[in-house]
Amino acid sequence: MKILPGGVCEAGTTRVNKTGGWRTFKPVYDYEKCIKCKLCELLCPDSSINPRDDGFFEFDYDFCKGCGICANECPKDAITMVLEEK
Amino acid sequence: MAPENKLDKKKMVVVEGSYAVAHAAKVCRPNVISAYPITPQTHIVEDLSQFMADGEIPNCEYINVESEFSALSALVGASAAGARCYSATTSQGLELMHEVLFNISGMRLPVVMTIANRAVSAPISIWNDHQDAISQRDTGWLQLYAENTQEISDMTAQAYKISEDKDILMPSMVCMDGFILSHVYEPVVLLEQDLTDEFLPAFEPDFVLDPKNPMSFGAFADPNYYTEFRYLQEQAMQKSLKKIEDVANEFYDVYGRYYGGLIDEYRTDDAEVIIMAMGSIIGTIKDVIDKLRDRNVKVGLLKVRSFRPFPAEAIRNALKDAKVVVVLDKNISLGLNEGALFTETKSSLYNTKLDVPIVGYMIGHGGRDIKVDLIEKIVDEAQEVMKTGIKIESQFTDLKEELI
Ligand code: SF4
Ligand code: SF4
Repeated sequence: MKILPGGVCEAGTTRVNKTGGWRTFKPVYDYEKCIKCKLCELLCPDSSINPRDDGFFEFDYDFCKGCGICANECPKDAITMVLEEK
Repeated sequence: MAPENKLDKKKMVVVEGSYAVAHAAKVCRPNVISAYPITPQTHIVEDLSQFMADGEIPNCEYINVESEFSALSALVGASAAGARCYSATTSQGLELMHEVLFNISGMRLPVVMTIANRAVSAPISIWNDHQDAISQRDTGWLQLYAENTQEISDMTAQAYKISEDKDILMPSMVCMDGFILSHVYEPVVLLEQDLTDEFLPAFEPDFVLDPKNPMSFGAFADPNYYTEFRYLQEQAMQKSLKKIEDVANEFYDVYGRYYGGLIDEYRTDDAEVIIMAMGSIIGTIKDVIDKLRDRNVKVGLLKVRSFRPFPAEAIRNALKDAKVVVVLDKNISLGLNEGALFTETKSSLYNTKLDVPIVGYMIGHGGRDIKVDLIEKIVDEAQEVMKTGIKIESQFTDLKEELI
């Protein structure tokens, strides 16, 4: 990331600034339970849930900050927050 | 030597201070105005609304909002999209903007906002002091203080020119004393459109919010980046010290009017006592100085026009031959028993060889009149300090003992 005159930056800094470094719990996904409703993808504040070609999802742990919103909102309890092993 | 002011008497009109400011904002050709009415700023936005209704501000949008927080928030987007933006507020309204003030300066948006300075609650007061703006001193806004209606009008155009400079890009608060300047009628030469167009070209930022050329404004900055943003902000503030001086001179070249750059001095040549202050009290102090000079009291005035950036070097130079310095503050940093100008002046003199006694007075809070007698009494006390060498620190004066 380069700071330009006037304090602005080139676009796309969210791809450079990784927000996954301070997580305590991480979301883990159960493919069996998921009904592909996309709610988790929609609600994740860090856009860390990426769709796959088969309609399921995967987490981008470089950016997931472990807030648990996805797990909380999933109607099928397909996401569980588990303590991160260091 | 400061240049002589050339005020063209034929062009003078008698208008309310608020009108002069609204008119100045108008001729600066803003693209977006967003403000919420609050006493004593109300007349400014009323006049601007009238100009809008009469179609006198072309290419401008006036955004009605439900609070000061929204007023300034609307300008974050507008300014980032490349609009020249204007707002005005005071007191509680300014405090309500606190969070957004940081966003505007952090995103380096050159918004200009008039502050009709007023005391803050509680107890509730609608009258003038400087507590509102001083409480926002660390938000990264330039703070310029005007002495009279003519200066506040002219300072508005100067502020745009300083803020929009490509090396600066920091927002400005243009401060006028509420009621004392905002509601008083004075003869003024209003800013002329043609001269202002010559002085202040259109705002053409290098980077704007544009889907065709995406940029990040106010990006997320983790500990790897944040410090550098702050460093660049401070550098811009330091550069604005010279810019304020330059713009004051450029303004003089176009309009023939000059009020000082960062500071201005009045009868300081051989002054033993130098009084420092900001805002409309400057006029009263000048009268007192004239009166005391007739009695051979060697007293002079250092008017501070720019409180942020703080002109430490200019102040050090101006005070180098003083025997005692008196600082008048219409604000207090609670818990320190000092006004902000006093604190900043003291810290500017530390680490220099200048060991001049400096005495602080907190006066005029909540709009209490500052009378000639009081300033004379303060000068008497300062002369006493000069004789005895006893340093008084900072104090309240003019207290009504029977109330406490
Ligand atoms: S835990 Fe929070 S950040 Fe991580 S994927 Fe779920 S919603 Fe997104
Ligand atoms: S919210 Fe739950 S069910 Fe819906 S797509 Fe996400 S994981 Fe699947």
